[in-house]
Amino acid sequence: MKLKEIKGILKAEVILDGPDELEILSGCGADLMSDVLAFSKENTVLLTGLTNPQVVRTAEMIDLSLIIFVRGKRPPKETIKLAKESNLPLLTTDKPLYQACGILYTAGLNPEKLSKF
Amino acid sequence: MTNEEVRQEIINFEIEAGDFSSGGEASSKLKSILRKLGIPSQLIRKTAITTYELEINIIIHTFGGRISAEVSPKEIKVIASDQGPGIEDVDKAFQPGYSTANEKAREMGFGAGMGLCNIKRYSDNLEVRTKIGEGTTIEAYIYLDQSGDNIE
Repeated sequence: MKLKEIKGILKAEVILDGPDELEILSGCGADLMSDVLAFSKENTVLLTGLTNPQVVRTAEMIDLSLIIFVRGKRPPKETIKLAKESNLPLLTTDKPLYQACGILYTAGLNPEKLSKF
Repeated sequence: MTNEEVRQEIINFEIEAGDFSSGGEASSKLKSILRKLGIPSQLIRKTAITTYELEINIIIHTFGGRISAEVSPKEIKVIASDQGPGIEDVDKAFQPGYSTANEKAREMGFGAGMGLCNIKRYSDNLEVRTKIGEGTTIEAYIYLDQSGDNIE
């Protein structure tokens, strides 16, 4: 699924833009950063309600491609600055986490396959 | 050990207790150095996650410490050492979901009791030495001579 399409179906607002053609292959929704670190695929979008800079750091560690903040949350300046440095696009949507994930899932975006502990 | 001669320290960061805003700087730096060294991306990811969790642990749980990393032809070795307080029950600390983290850490999305589990999962070998009142040293190894097949 392309970034352009994701923006459209979530009616998302752009905080930091990325290439329209950016291909997203899987998604995850989490507010726990250690859960996010259990994801390991590239070209993954993270949907989250957390907006602190550690979200971007966490994304950077596992090469996530996109972060979408839910429930209309807007990140503080430090988060945007760090995302800019890491070349990581940021979106925000008014929809809550559960609904936003559901919309992407229904539209055909696969969940990340997790390996077991 | 012949590898000792070519073992090279590539990062060495002081980590302050409670300093969430700098959390991840050491891991981020390490990641970019490993990329320049041409280490395969799967191994970089394993190392980055391990280092990041170790770094966050120092920030959340200790009085401060250091993160350093060394690379040799055989492996990447990440060393996290702190000045205390030490881990009371190591077995418990490795149980998924067990955490002694405070509210501040939880607000940041950490403290879910998965940190050490992730470290164990992503590293190929782990050594933990801890003493109450003195501190903890954790050495995590990521081997370069394998494809990192414990990650999907």
